[in-house]
Formats: sequence, C-alpha cells, structure tokens
Amino acid sequence: MSRLPIDPNAGERLAQVYSASFARRYGGYIVGAAAFALFLFGLWYLEFSLTRTIKGLAQFGWIIAFMMPPNPGTQLPSYLSAMGETLSIALLGTTLAAVFALPFSLLAARNIIPSALLRFPTRRFLDSIRGVDTLIWALVWINVVGLGPFAGVLAIATSDFGAFGKLFSEAIETADRKPVEGIRSTGGGSLHEIRFGLLPQVLPVIAGQILYFIESNTRSATIIGIVGAGGIGLQLAEQIRVLEWQHVSFLILMILVAVAAIDFVSKRLRFAIIGRPATAAT
Amino acid sequence: MNRTVVTAIPSLPPAQIAALAASYDRAIVRRRMRFAGGVIAFVLLLLLAAVGSEVSLTTFFAKLGNFTSYFYRILHLDSGAWVWTDFAEWFWGLKKWVVLIAETVLISYVGTIGGAFAVFLLNFLAARNVGPCLWLRIAVARGFELCRTVPGIVFALIFVIAFGLGPMAGVFAIMIHTTGALGKLYSEVVENIDMKPVEGVRATGASWITGIRFAVVPQVMASFASYTLLRFEINVREASVMGFVGAGGVGQELLVAVRKFYYSDVSAILILIIVLVFAIDISTGFLRHRLIGMEHTR
Repeated sequence: MSRLPIDPNAGERLAQVYSASFARRYGGYIVGAAAFALFLFGLWYLEFSLTRTIKGLAQFGWIIAFMMPPNPGTQLPSYLSAMGETLSIALLGTTLAAVFALPFSLLAARNIIPSALLRFPTRRFLDSIRGVDTLIWALVWINVVGLGPFAGVLAIATSDFGAFGKLFSEAIETADRKPVEGIRSTGGGSLHEIRFGLLPQVLPVIAGQILYFIESNTRSATIIGIVGAGGIGLQLAEQIRVLEWQHVSFLILMILVAVAAIDFVSKRLRFAIIGRPATAAT
Repeated sequence: MNRTVVTAIPSLPPAQIAALAASYDRAIVRRRMRFAGGVIAFVLLLLLAAVGSEVSLTTFFAKLGNFTSYFYRILHLDSGAWVWTDFAEWFWGLKKWVVLIAETVLISYVGTIGGAFAVFLLNFLAARNVGPCLWLRIAVARGFELCRTVPGIVFALIFVIAFGLGPMAGVFAIMIHTTGALGKLYSEVVENIDMKPVEGVRATGASWITGIRFAVVPQVMASFASYTLLRFEINVREASVMGFVGAGGVGQELLVAVRKFYYSDVSAILILIIVLVFAIDISTGFLRHRLIGMEHTR
C-alpha cells in the first residue's frame, strides 16, 4: 500500500474551505448591534427615564401591597355573575365562529378549490379579519348591537372566524386522500367519500382546535368588557379606575381560577377526542 | 333473493355470527349514544350561555342592517362620496397616523426585546433538565404562568396608574406578558435539548453558568429567536389596542374616531393597522424561514 499523495497546497486549500466570509463571521454581531441600537432608540423615543421607571416601580410595589389580601367586599354575587357572562361569551363566540368558518375554510382549502383565483382572495380576507384585534371588533359591534355581552359574543365570533378559517382549511388540506380513494374503490358515492373518508380525519382535528380556542377565548373574553362589551372586564376596569385594589386582585384571582378550570376541562376533552399525544409536549 | 356466496374463507356457524353481529351492534349503539349525549350536553350548555350573555336574535336581526350600514358609512367621506374617490381627503391625517403606527411598532419592539431578555435570564431556571433546584424551578414557572394568564391590557390598566399615561405603561405591559408567554416556550425548548454536550462541559469541571453558556445556549439560540419573532408579531397586534386604555400607540386615535363617529377616519386607521400587521407578518415569516433554514444546514 502506497502512501496517499499529499497535495503541497493542502494547508492553503483547507484554510480556504474553512475560511468564513465576512458576513458569516460578523453578520450576527452586526444584526445584534442594530437590534440593540433600535432598542435604545425606542427607549429614547418612548420617553423612558430612569427616574420615571423607579418611581413607577415603587408605585407598582405599593399597588401590589394594597392588593393584599384579595377581598371582594360585598360584590361577590355580581362578580360571579360577570364571570358566568364571560364564560358564556367565550363558549358562544367560539361556537358561532366555528359554524361560520367551516364553509369558508372549504373555499380556502387547496384540495377542494384548486383554482388560486378564488382561494387567494378568500385567504387574504380571512387574514385581514384576523389582523384586527378582538377589542377593535368589540368596538365596532358595540356600534351595531349596543353595549352589552352580545357585542362581545359577536366580537369573539368575528375575530375567531378569521383564525378558524385558516386552521380548518389547513386541516382539510393535510387530510389523507387514501381513505377517500378506498371508499370510492368499493363503490361509494361522493357523499360517502366525504362522510366516511374525509370527515373522520378532519373532525377530531377541528374539534380539538375549537376546544383550544374556547380556552384561549376565555382569556380574551375577560378583557372585552374594558370597552363595554360585557363580562368581567367591565368590573375589572371599573375597580382599577376607582383604585379598589383588593377587589382588583380578587377579580384577577377569579380569572386565573376560571382559566385554569377551563384549561383542565378542555384538555381532558381534547385527549378524549384525539387521544393522548405520544409525547408530553402538546 | 337468497344467494350463497362461495368464497375461500370458511364462514362461521350462524349462531356465532349472530352473537358477533349483536355485540358489534351493541358497541356501535353505545358509541352513538355517547356521541348523542355529548351533543345534547353541548347544546344545553350553549342555550345556557345564550341566556347568560343576553343573546337576543330579534335585536340581532333588527340591528344587522346597522352592521352593513356601519361599513357603508365608514367607507364614505363627509361629502358623501366613496372614500377611494379622494385619497387625500380619506387619509388626511396620514402623517400623524404613520407616526402613531411607528410608535405602536416601537412599543411592541421594545416590549418584546425587554421581555425576551428577562426570559433569557430566567428560563434556564424553569427548565426541568438544567434547572438548578426544584423550588426555584417551580417558583419561576408559576411566575411565568401568572404573567401569561393575566391579559396584557389588564397590566396596561394597572401600569397606566403606576407609571402615568403614555407608551411606557404599554411597553411594560407587553414586556410582562411576553415574559410569561415566552417563558413557557423557551423552557420547553431547553427541555428538549441534547444533554450530552452539557454532561461533557460539566465533566471538565465547569460551573453551572459555563455549562449553560457553552452547552445549552448554542443549541437553543435559533429556536429562541424564532419564537421571539413570532411573539413580536402577536405583540404588534396587541400594541394596536394598548391606546384604548391610554398606554400609547395608534389605539387611542382609533378609539376617539370610533367614539366620535369620524367614520372615514375609522376605515383609514383600520386599513393602516391591517397593512402594518400584514407587513410584520410577512417580514417575520421570511426571517423565521431563514432562521429555520440556517438551523437545518448547520
């Protein structure tokens, strides 16, 4: 066995192969420095000052101290009914959104509507609805149906309509064609294909997403009261304005408990519908 | 018509077939009953919710006309012409609004960076695999949960009182909420790393901090950056409503326009917000794909 011939320029070539370009070597630092500079500019532009920060934090510390212990005073029944209203808004809003989003999601799904001409505008339309925050929709609906929880239901339904349309259409797009073809090969009609081929695949995914959204909408529904669209947010904003800190901390505690409870229930239901995921991460 | 089908598969005696078929039918019936029970329970819950949230279909249909007419009105100028016939009149306050939109982006940017920085320092304490001790891990994880569950705008309401009106309250509100939301995601990323490099570094006698710096951080940086970009996108949406409670950004202007019935202003500001959200959506999406690509080629 002879020795491998060694290229006399091997060292040079090696250095060349492993030499990092300028962008590779310093790019990260430059991007980091630019991001940090923008951060400093933001602090300056938004009129941050050390004295204001310290004063504010001290004030915040006092507020936290005033919050202890949480105490609803004599208002407990009205807070509980407001919480019930919030949960109702979340449940009803999500359900409405799901009902209306389903047909639209069919229009936005690639395997159902192959023409990009119809699909693209549908998607943009859904995106722009999603881009507007729930609170803004609440403001708009208050102008239409007046103050109260009904406006909240419609606000949540509208903003979730955009999100659901996107998620459902993705669920439909990722559905496997094989069961549908199997049904067809045994002589099933197109209705059979949808009922036994497509629906069993898509429904559990959609149900899981609806449950997840009911959970996250409980959170959204706690705040739409701030603009007057019903629920516990109205009470919360009012108590903050009149500086009743013990009531505020009690209301926040109520929200935490309610969200945790809904979280628990919806997780159990989700596992029952789609089965426990293989890994712990959901 | 009674045919005997001749197949290669020997068929069971009829009694056994009947028993199997009956048990199959029972199983199906049980499943359908459970499904129907679920549907009935859900419908009852919905009715209860409808009563609880004062849904009234008569108001809805009576006022539904308002919805279309509201959109009709926000798309008309004071002169009665459609808005797009006179862009200068429609976007009369463009300069002011663009400044406010820029302020909104800055609020969410500073809030996101500040929150991400805090989380970067804290999340290693909350991760199950590298966390130094149990009580610290639980304390930090609970803290994240508290920051995550209380909506950002509630923090903004409180901070407006603590810091005074202005964007500072909005920045702190977004920062706190970001800390909670990213804290969970970051520590989940850390929990999924390969532990061998950590053991290697620790085996050389390095301290906990050195171990984090040279074995954990290089593995998680790309995912951290990707999640942070995603959060930035969400925070822009949230910052657009911070003005509702006086915490800076374009929300204040929108609230005033809606409350005072400046119809064409409402549509103009809404369009600016939607354009902003699209722009942020597309650019962060582009950056995230590049980040993910970088991670894969490594």
